[in-house]
Amino acid sequence: MYDVAIIGAGVIGTLTARLLSLYDLQVCIIEKDGDVAMGTTKANSAIIHAGYDAKPGSLKAKLNVKGNAMMEQVAKDLAVHFKRIGSFVVAFNDEEMARVKELYQRGLDNGVPEMKIINGNEVREMEPNLSEDIIGALYAPTAGIIGPYELTVAAAEVAVRNGVELKLEHEVESISEEEDGYRIQTNQDSIQTKVVINAAGIFADAIAEMVGDHSFEVHARKGEYMLLDKSQGNTVSRVIFQPPSKVGKGILVTPTVDGNLLVGPTADESQKEDLATTQKGLEKVLRGAKRSVPSFNEREVIRSFAGLRAVGSTGDFVIEEADGLKGFYHAAGIESPGLSAAPAIAEELLRKIGDVIELNKVENLNLLRKPFKRFSELTNEERRELIKKDPRYGKIVCRCEKVTEGEIIECIHRPAGATNLDAVKRRTRAGMGRCQGGFCSPRVVDLLAKELDLPMEEVTKQGSGSYLLVGKTK
Amino acid sequence: MEQRELVIIGGGPAGLAAAVEAYDQGIRDILIIERDSELGGILQQCIHNGFGLHIFGEELTGPEYAWRFIEEVKERGIDYKLNTMVLDISEKREVLAVNEEDGLLEIEAKALVLAMGCRERTRGALNIPGMRPAGIYTAGAAQRFVNMEGYLPGKKVVILGSGDIGLIMARRMTLEGAKVEMVCELLPYSGGLTRNIVQCLEDFDIPLKLEHTVTQIHGKDRLEGITIAQVDAHRKPIKSTECFVECDTLLLSVGLIPENELSREAGINMDHITSGPVVNESMETSIEGVFACGNVVHVHDLVDFVTDESRVAGRCAASYLRGKHSSEQEDPIVTKAGEGIRYVIPHHIRHQLLQKENKLFFRVLDIYSDVKLVVRCDDQILYSKKKRKLAPGEMESIPITDQMIVNMEGYSEVTVEIQQSGLGVRECKK
Repeated sequence: MYDVAIIGAGVIGTLTARLLSLYDLQVCIIEKDGDVAMGTTKANSAIIHAGYDAKPGSLKAKLNVKGNAMMEQVAKDLAVHFKRIGSFVVAFNDEEMARVKELYQRGLDNGVPEMKIINGNEVREMEPNLSEDIIGALYAPTAGIIGPYELTVAAAEVAVRNGVELKLEHEVESISEEEDGYRIQTNQDSIQTKVVINAAGIFADAIAEMVGDHSFEVHARKGEYMLLDKSQGNTVSRVIFQPPSKVGKGILVTPTVDGNLLVGPTADESQKEDLATTQKGLEKVLRGAKRSVPSFNEREVIRSFAGLRAVGSTGDFVIEEADGLKGFYHAAGIESPGLSAAPAIAEELLRKIGDVIELNKVENLNLLRKPFKRFSELTNEERRELIKKDPRYGKIVCRCEKVTEGEIIECIHRPAGATNLDAVKRRTRAGMGRCQGGFCSPRVVDLLAKELDLPMEEVTKQGSGSYLLVGKTK
Repeated sequence: MEQRELVIIGGGPAGLAAAVEAYDQGIRDILIIERDSELGGILQQCIHNGFGLHIFGEELTGPEYAWRFIEEVKERGIDYKLNTMVLDISEKREVLAVNEEDGLLEIEAKALVLAMGCRERTRGALNIPGMRPAGIYTAGAAQRFVNMEGYLPGKKVVILGSGDIGLIMARRMTLEGAKVEMVCELLPYSGGLTRNIVQCLEDFDIPLKLEHTVTQIHGKDRLEGITIAQVDAHRKPIKSTECFVECDTLLLSVGLIPENELSREAGINMDHITSGPVVNESMETSIEGVFACGNVVHVHDLVDFVTDESRVAGRCAASYLRGKHSSEQEDPIVTKAGEGIRYVIPHHIRHQLLQKENKLFFRVLDIYSDVKLVVRCDDQILYSKKKRKLAPGEMESIPITDQMIVNMEGYSEVTVEIQQSGLGVRECKK
């Protein structure tokens, strides 16, 4: 019998599990994929928004501003990359400038600090590579960038270390109400729990329907992106938005915390499993990005991808106990600014759960994660020390991102460790560089097989079904 | 900081040949730094034959070709470090490297030879739309799995790109029991060597679909198939020709990119056409005492030419170290890629430093038949030869003769070009 079962190991599920892990509770996370952060968390703009987008008074507005303010501490505690680089919403004409001013007003209403409206010359003084056609912008210094899966992996790591059980490749098939809680049937097991947290992303409505709750729907809105080589990472130093439309915030250009340049997304209604990029979408991304920042080199694209936003039918986040279902909580419709709001959403959920179960802290547990040292980011002194202690940190496996064998082995054995090729990639950046794993993937597969004691053929790219090798040669 | 006379970055065919040549020219204090666990570079995974016809007059496998140079390195007692990755080079020729035994290595070299080779272009660079399942490999990564690790990446294979590695892998996968459905090539002609088209595709009845590309990737976990389409004259897919091909593996052989991150960070001048450093007749880059050779300069199709070029680099590095190679020379002659030529290596020629092994290496832009290949300084023709056929997939070279050296004197530019006089026509082959 669990006290809390969280469905979905995205940023919301794992940050909530991390908070719950401090208490004397049996907690599990149920995740259908082969790693954490595999749904909406994996592929988005990786931005911590300042908070001027959402309608004043909405949960989105309130939790965005609060989450933004919390992010520094959360990132520090979890030892993940977060940079408060600020954002521009740029305007190319008077009509767009009027929208920019509306956003400014909204930001004031929502309590966003330090915003300013600046003119075209000021824009280009701060960001010399922006278009000559920009006449002004909203500047919000509190916006930031983060690694969404890095954050999620880190949160999961702390949760698991503190005793939370992470059930990967467990897909929920049905949920039934029982006298003292709920029974969740997955493709692998059947569990009982007092409290359920539905953090299932684009499938949150399907989970709700399993207990007869039809109060909201979630549909998928696809966003396509292109990621450029680090050679383009300094083209801009802030997040550059265009004025938002009804369906999204327009095509943005931003550096990533790892030093690449990210452009995108599109916003197209989509099927829930459809993560395919399209010729049309990618062209649109390039065109849109070039409008704000004409000078980046599109030949330096190293990867394109698509993510799905979990768009809720209510227009706001749904963070509440399901009507008539005691102890069944939704964290649904978590589209943008969901990542920004995530730490605040986790706190909100913890507070609500406190109404139905007793929260007693366990001694000697904390929310801090042991930093994951990236060889590429260490000083030469630190590198020497590390290699002296463990020579495997002197063996480079991924040439482009300079990832060592030591880091790869470490990421496999940490709590909530990597079990497949992409999971290693998200934890260490091996395979994220310009050769996209061309050199290192055979070696990483070999290390996974050795460390997990698996035959090579059983190592996967991203969980069951995504096999990499079909067998031995003749 | 450790001091060395000559440090060579990369222990593939380029680095090995440069090291041996520099040794034979009298340099004793040489260190080769190799990131892999053995010398020989990518040749070690190229277990097919066809290497060495020009240099040795026989057909060797990749490992055999590499072995001859590895033996020469060992016979001479030239130092090398394996499993060692260079992290940084400076314009003062300071090298920062790392390995398990030594930790961080800081070496100051009097001369450097860059021989880092190249990497493969990936799906990301092509922007092929669709899903991102397992089963999409660069041809080289698949070759490593098959030839070095002993595992087969898939059973039903489509290969995009008819570069040599793709062609070789079509045959290799077939021999290992996989079914290679087809090789798709965007261009109207293959980028690979003719002998590979014959021996790797035609001999195995594998269709080569010219002017075709992949327009969609299908499959969530593992590749389930691809959509291919014919392309028009602007290389844009023609929608009405799209068709689905079931496969579990897509191999990409869509070009190689010289691996020059170290060179760029050191501030070496680069050529954006070759993606390699700008070099002179001595294979010296824009930083004095830093030489480069092999695929890091421009992508070769025959290792024999890599060896030739690397011997020049090794010899010139040696003469630089002996002080015979002063940088204070008259203005160099600039080589120019004229009509029909994509690039010419070397970029600059210091006339008085030319030696008899120097060659002009270049590639043509398109397929040509019955044309004249001309090297000229202004109106003075230095070299002219009728060519029955020229193709972008086959690198050309012209030896610089003593007479040419004499004739170049006094000029500031030498142009390589194709003259389509007479019956010469550009051939548009289906």
